[in-house]
Amino acid sequence: MSVTCRRSHLDWLESEAIFILREVAAECARPALLFSGGKDSVVLLRLSEKAFRPGGFPYPLLHIDTGHNFDEVIAFRDARAAELGERLIVRRVEDSIRRGSVVLRHENDSRNAAQSVTLLEAIEEFGFDACIGGARRDEEKARAKERIFSFRDAFGQWDPKAQRPELWDIYNTRVHPGENMRVFPISNWTELDVWQYILREQLALPSIYYSHPREVVRRRGLLVPVTPLTPPRRSETVERLPVRFRTVGDISCTCPVASGAADAAAVIAETAVTEITERGATRMDDQTSEASMERRKREGYF
Amino acid sequence: MNAANEFFPDGVLRLITAGSVDDGKSTLIGRLLYDSKGIFADQLEAIARARYKRVAGDGIDFSLLTDGLEAEREQGITIDVAYRYFSTPRRKFIIADAPGHEQYTRNMVTGASTAHAAIILIDATRAAFGQLLPQTKRHSAIARLLGIRHIVVAVNKMDLMDWQREAFENIRSAYGELARRLGIAGFHILPLSALHGDNVVSASAHTPWYTEPPLLGLLESLPVADDGRNAPLRLPVQWVLRHGGDRIDAFRGYAGRLASGTLRVGETLVVQPSGSEAKVAGLIVAGREAGMAVAGDAVIVTLDRDVDVSRGDLLSHPASPARTGRHFEAELCWLDSSPLDPARRYLVKHGPRVTSARILAIHARRDIHELREVPGTDGTLTMNDIGRVSLMTRETLAADRYEDLPANGAFILIDEASHQTAAAGMLR
Repeated sequence: MSVTCRRSHLDWLESEAIFILREVAAECARPALLFSGGKDSVVLLRLSEKAFRPGGFPYPLLHIDTGHNFDEVIAFRDARAAELGERLIVRRVEDSIRRGSVVLRHENDSRNAAQSVTLLEAIEEFGFDACIGGARRDEEKARAKERIFSFRDAFGQWDPKAQRPELWDIYNTRVHPGENMRVFPISNWTELDVWQYILREQLALPSIYYSHPREVVRRRGLLVPVTPLTPPRRSETVERLPVRFRTVGDISCTCPVASGAADAAAVIAETAVTEITERGATRMDDQTSEASMERRKREGYF
Repeated sequence: MNAANEFFPDGVLRLITAGSVDDGKSTLIGRLLYDSKGIFADQLEAIARARYKRVAGDGIDFSLLTDGLEAEREQGITIDVAYRYFSTPRRKFIIADAPGHEQYTRNMVTGASTAHAAIILIDATRAAFGQLLPQTKRHSAIARLLGIRHIVVAVNKMDLMDWQREAFENIRSAYGELARRLGIAGFHILPLSALHGDNVVSASAHTPWYTEPPLLGLLESLPVADDGRNAPLRLPVQWVLRHGGDRIDAFRGYAGRLASGTLRVGETLVVQPSGSEAKVAGLIVAGREAGMAVAGDAVIVTLDRDVDVSRGDLLSHPASPARTGRHFEAELCWLDSSPLDPARRYLVKHGPRVTSARILAIHARRDIHELREVPGTDGTLTMNDIGRVSLMTRETLAADRYEDLPANGAFILIDEASHQTAAAGMLR
């Protein structure tokens, strides 16, 4: 076979993901793609372009906004959706709080878990039967058993013992009214794969993914960004360090890592030798309990 | 080519590990992840914090790395297929980790369906005189049934056997006999200790008599790149891509992933099952115009004339089409807790085509240890049963025998009422 037909691991992953996106489009009545402006969902947009251009996307983009997002990320989200000419739906945790469907103990509590409620409300409002997300199996232990087409019951709940077996590349997408699917086209990608793909495809990302100076405090082995939501505690010293974010979730629970990596190639070099997994280094909420992701997923979290 | 592409020149290898906790399967996977630097510092810390430990002592319990769910940790068992990732400078690996308990045949079938290679674990201390355990036979039978290309027999716990060559040779000859009975054409077999890392990543000093590469080197060298390329072209149409409405220059393309074979611009294709023909006018591979596509590529094809093509149709070369029909014989692996009911209709999904099917006859059940057909089926199949059936589909399928072309010979049955995936099917 000629050299032109050589396929790398990225080609393999890309082709699998495009196949999955087209299955969703063909078999689900009202799908949506969850787009947060984060790197994994940026990859999903490029994969959607490759799956459906010159046509439009057969699904709108949906963002569940916790109201605690980094400004850069929200600006990026809006710019990217406009540039693609695709429809972006934003639903806010703030509105769920106002309606009373989300009740926080403290105003500045992490709204990460509350996203599930707002997401389920959006699913009901628009009648979505499938939500495409950028979760990956290498992120966390409970994700390792997640299906590519993950079935959720009428309460949006995930039952790890009642998942459908997934054979070959033949996906069972059937749901009853009120039930829905969460679909993860990049399940088989690792953090390194994502960054290699970003480099290969020259994908733009929110600037906070790359090294920038930021005020932080050191807390339980993490670098906690100093923001109005996460002020320093009395005993803590504020430092200004070059950092980058590996994930860009809710401000109140997302931490950067010390890094001088200014572009995707530099991030890849760091990622290839990194000793700390993505969530462990950056997410305060997952450390709370060993099984916290499993619990949140059962409750409808993505 | 850019830097990002050069990381893993040998692409992706998908493998399944079969064996039970007692065989040291989790320990072996943990060892592969750990020694390939795939285990990160904080996961190790979480294990040190873990409340439920299966073994006492100071050493790291690698098996805790692979048990994902709280429910499983409490019960000390693995209840479902988990996927693990690691890579070497040459290749990216995806492990489907399937539990080995008797009642979980369905999990092994699930994991095996996508695997290029199977690692069959044997506990040397329980097979030293060549007596293979029933589960070894079962795992091998399923690997054979699903057509896994590479079988790797890992004879574990050789340290407890003082690395006796004789014990290994006994197991090798017993497995050779099993492979012959099952019709497995060839297999690799190696002596190792997952706990101590012998022959996992580096060659062991204890086995001067074993001269083949250790496990990881073997997994790196198994060929997969040419998978399906030399087979006849099969391009199932997933999605009809229209753009530009009724304009004269409107775009109409047919999107799908090549299940097998190669495809070039200018070639004549036959649309199956209708039989109409057209030439390939243009080809887009993953967003870029190309002259050629190969098995595994996600493509959009444009044709030189208007022919009727919809989702579920199959594009083939006229000289080597798939067979078309509505009556098939198949192997079914029953996956659902509610048993096969021949009075009911089931949905069948074959490639992108979904239609109805009825099971006309259940001919035999297979003994899952030997693959031999056992007469008498009670007129049903229950969860974890494998049997040979005749079925009739409502629409015509363009399909191949699973043995010849797995990608176009596999299907699933879906329960019309519960929407559960009821069975995995392989056409004969």
